[in-house]
This record gives sequence, structure tokens and C-alpha cells, in this order.
Amino acid sequence: MSRGALLVLADGRFPAGGHAHSGGAEAAVGAGRVTGAASLEDFCRGRLHTTGLVAAAVAAAAALGVDPGELDAAADARTPSPALRTAARRLGRQLLRAARVAWPSGELDALAGRFPKGAHQPVVLGVTARAAGLGPADAAYCAAYESVSGPASATVRLLGLDPFDATGVLARLAPEVDAVVSRAVGAARGAVGEGVDALPAASAPLLEVGAEAHAGWAVRLFAT
Amino acid sequence: MDGVNTAGVRAAARVRACADGRGGTCLPVLEGDGPLALRRTRGSGTEAHVLLVGAMSGPLGGDRLSVRADVRPGARLRIGSAAATLALPGQHEAGARYDVRLTVAGGGELHWLPEQLISVRGSELQITTHADLDHGARLVLREEQVLGRAGEEPGRLTTRLTVRLAGRTVLDQQLACGPGAPGGWDGPAVLGGLRAVGQLVVVRPEFEEKPVTARELGGDAAVLPLPGPAALVTAVAPDALRLRRILDGASALLAPARD
Repeated sequence: MSRGALLVLADGRFPAGGHAHSGGAEAAVGAGRVTGAASLEDFCRGRLHTTGLVAAAVAAAAALGVDPGELDAAADARTPSPALRTAARRLGRQLLRAARVAWPSGELDALAGRFPKGAHQPVVLGVTARAAGLGPADAAYCAAYESVSGPASATVRLLGLDPFDATGVLARLAPEVDAVVSRAVGAARGAVGEGVDALPAASAPLLEVGAEAHAGWAVRLFAT
Repeated sequence: MDGVNTAGVRAAARVRACADGRGGTCLPVLEGDGPLALRRTRGSGTEAHVLLVGAMSGPLGGDRLSVRADVRPGARLRIGSAAATLALPGQHEAGARYDVRLTVAGGGELHWLPEQLISVRGSELQITTHADLDHGARLVLREEQVLGRAGEEPGRLTTRLTVRLAGRTVLDQQLACGPGAPGGWDGPAVLGGLRAVGQLVVVRPEFEEKPVTARELGGDAAVLPLPGPAALVTAVAPDALRLRRILDGASALLAPARD
């Protein structure tokens, strides 16, 4: 693996549109459930072990070469909120545009041809990792870290939270990110032989419900 | 029943519903054992009604329980339960497992409406519900989990709900909560300190023509259209009563219009 390529892909400034999403933090702040660093940490921990784990496993499986169509359907079944399915496809499309320029590859071209409306972002992330010469753990790290870094930086804007405190939350979660990645890669290796049903399906009811409520807000800072 | 021993109870209940050729539904298979007894109760119209009766307390740690319901073309079956199910601590280190498998053929209809599952302090239960539907099948499935009796900490509970429609998995959701569950389960992304969580899945071929639209319901609940002619209602509430009220309201929203 190339550690340099991993930094490029994992960089928050990688132009894939992630900055426009709060990962459910805006809805949670609106509902009064995230009010400061402590509740942000709880929020991020819950997201990491649910949708973060699923995204990391899907990304790792795609990096291992599991069929993107099957992975996309598996991601659909694990994302009951239509607002979140739409957002995941939009993010997938944006990532694919950037990735095809950064790491031109036949597999990325094929993915674009097969999913004109976009595939779920973790599927694209995994195929991008392959194109960049990265492995399943790298793809899983990008997905798992993104599942907490998005809400943390959004909360800095939403609540005026001290950026040092938000970064402290991420640092405290780092060992759990490691654990989630290791679970995700194990499950992804299982999916190579047993099919996508072997992937985790951990869900977060309040994220799903909150996403639908948030989609109906007239004025909002973030897309999700 | 295979018997009670140190490994816990193993018990299975099975029901098969078929069209009886006279516009009604017959039940050529209706059997249960140990803590799982099935009773046919008075049906309504063309629909057969079956009640799952808990003949023992449980599931306890170490128990392995399973329910199979198979609905054939043209049959209509409604399954309820006589009381809430309590997941209780057992003598064994191993947790309990409860496995529900539902199959519905095209033109068949199943209503799976058990009472709440209550995760009692110190218990450990893994519950899996798998519904497999052919094209043209109908399903109303409601599951409710209550974390602890009043004022009590919950046990360890893991649920997984999978719905397959004409060979495609349209819903696969797992929820883990209680002591030892991955962190954040009680936090603002997952259950937010609320103690009752429920799912209602409705599959109706009519949704192909008139798709369900996503909408937020009052409280922490939403109607979520799934890929295919299916919708999920996810709800989180402070207690079982309020949860049931939300799901009953959602169920009325998704039911066929009365003539």
C-alpha cells in the first residue's frame, strides 16, 4: 500500500463533496440531542459502530473486488432512509468524478458506466482504493474515520464548538476506529466467500428518522 | 420438545397456511412444543388467526427457540401472541436465541404481530427475523423491543431483521443494545436514552403503482419506502405504550383504503 495515496484519499479537502454533509449532526443538534463535546462524542461513537461499521465493511469488500452491484444492493438494504440513500449515491457520484481524474482506471470507468445515477459512496470508495493501489483496511479506515470526522467538523459550525474540543473527540475515538476497521475487514473477507449477507447491518434508528425530518427543513446548513 | 437440560431449552413452532379451495384458509401444519405453543383462534373472513402462547417463562439464557410460518398462495394468516415475551437471565453463560422465519408465496398474506419483547436486566438474547416473500406476496410485520421493565436497566439484546422480496434483500437491519453492546447505542445517534424501539414492515403489490412517500411521523418515527413495493416504519419512543400508538397510527396510514 502507499501511505501517500491513503493521505490523499482520506484528506478532508479531497474534492468529493463530503463537507456539505453533517452525517446527521445537524438533525441531532436541531432535536437538542447534541449540545456540546460530550454529547457529540456519544453521537459519533454511536454512528461509528453502526453506519460507520457498515460503510467500512462495504468499502473493504469493494476494495477486495466483491461485485459492486451486489454491494450497492446490500448498502440499499442497510439504508432504509430514502434521503440517506439519495445522499449516498450523490456522494458516490462526486467521489467517482474526482477519483477518475486522480487515479484513472478501467474499474472506475466501468463503475461510472454501470451506475449513471451514482453508486453508494462506500462502494465507490472501495473501488477507488483499488485504483490507488490501496487495500481493504485503507478503504475501511477512510469510511470509518469519515463517519465521525464529518459530524465533528459540522458541529464546530453548528454549535460554535471549540475546534480543539471537536478534535479531542476524534482523538479519543481513534482506538474504536481501529476496532471497527478490524471488524469491517474481517466481515468483508467473509463476504468474498459467503456473499454480501455476511456484511454487518448495524443500524441507528435515530439517524434514519432524523434524516427524513431534516430533509423537510426549509433552511439548513448541510445537505444531510 | 427435545428436553430441558443444562444447555437450555430447544423448541420450535411451525405453522403452514394454505387456501382451502372455498375462499378460506386452512392450517395443515400447526405445531409447537415446550415454551412455544400455537393455538388457532376464531378467524375473520378468509383469514386464519393463530396465537403464540408462552407455556413457560422465557427465553432464558441458553434457550434456542424458533418459529416458522409458511403462507402458501391465496392463504391469509394472522399471528399474534398472548402476552409480551420476556427475555430473562438463565443459569447459562450462553445467551438465548430466538429465530423467526416467515415465508409468503405470491397471492398469500401474512400478518406477524407479536406482542413486545422485553429485555430484562441480566438477560442476553439474540433475535433474528427473516421474511422471504415471493413476487405478489403481502406482509404486515411488527416488532417491538422494550429495554428493561419499568425503571430497570435492560439486558443485552441483539436483533436482526431481514426482508427479501422476490430474491432481493430490501431490508437488513441489526440493532445491538444493553450492557456490552458496541458503544453509543444509548446515545443521540441510535436510541437517545429512549427505551422502546419498533419496526413495522408493510409489503403490498399496490405500492408498485402507488409508491409510499417518505414522511416524518410525530415523535421519533418515520415512514421509509424501501426498494420494491415495501415500506418500513421505524419508531423510537420513551415506553411501550407510546411506541404502540405510533405504530398503530402508521399501520392505518399504510393499510388498504376501505371501500
